[in-house]
Amino acid sequence: MAVFVISSAVALISTILVITRRNPVHALLYLILSLLSVAVLFYSIGAPLAAAFELIVYAGAIMVLFAFALMLLNPGALSAGGPRRRPLFWLVPALLGLVLLGELAYVFTRLPPRPLAAGGVPPQQVGLALFGPYLLGVELASFLLLAGLVGAYHIGRRKPS
Amino acid sequence: MSPVPLEYGLGLAAALFVLGLVGALVRRSVLFILLSIEIMLNAGALAFVFAGARWAQPDGQVVFLFILTVAAAEVCVGLALMLELYQRFKTLDGDAASRMKG
Repeated sequence: MAVFVISSAVALISTILVITRRNPVHALLYLILSLLSVAVLFYSIGAPLAAAFELIVYAGAIMVLFAFALMLLNPGALSAGGPRRRPLFWLVPALLGLVLLGELAYVFTRLPPRPLAAGGVPPQQVGLALFGPYLLGVELASFLLLAGLVGAYHIGRRKPS
Repeated sequence: MSPVPLEYGLGLAAALFVLGLVGALVRRSVLFILLSIEIMLNAGALAFVFAGARWAQPDGQVVFLFILTVAAAEVCVGLALMLELYQRFKTLDGDAASRMKG
């Protein structure tokens, strides 16, 4: 329960910071922090596959896509200013990240190890459901991804003008 | 197993969704609108996973994976549109697109 309260507090605080930042890069980093704490929540309620996908796909792939788009926008603004300009910006995200790290250490050292099958949903069950009754949904998802790929290529194509 | 009541999880998901909605309504930059949409999708996925964990069924996580797919496709097209908007109007203001024709 303590794990739930702490990580949901971190998620709420970092989400509020996301929608109030002026600098898009800071908002992006706070959103990654919020996704990390949601992944901790998923793990603590017994959904390890969802936690792993939250980390790998959301925080790993989608946020990197945002970072790429940001760097395509204005490369000058990101490299402007030397080092040590306003050095306190890292403090709040570092503190929130430390809270999550402390939670991780607490979970790994203090709590007794328990089998996942004691109430959580192991990844095997999810895989069996995904490629069993939900097989049509998986095919439709692949169509959706292909449509997204083709659409992004079509929009971002250089027009011969 | 999970001593966390379902209501708390759904309350957290609702709070995150409202935060994302406020962000999408208040901010004018297209980038922040896309980030807020990500927050809202993530809040919906959180509700699904909590409900799936409550009844110990894998369906919640299956729907989470589908939401992940939708988010990836949406952000792919959305970022392409954002780059196109920036190339045309040299701004990220979403209101600039109200003058777009054809």
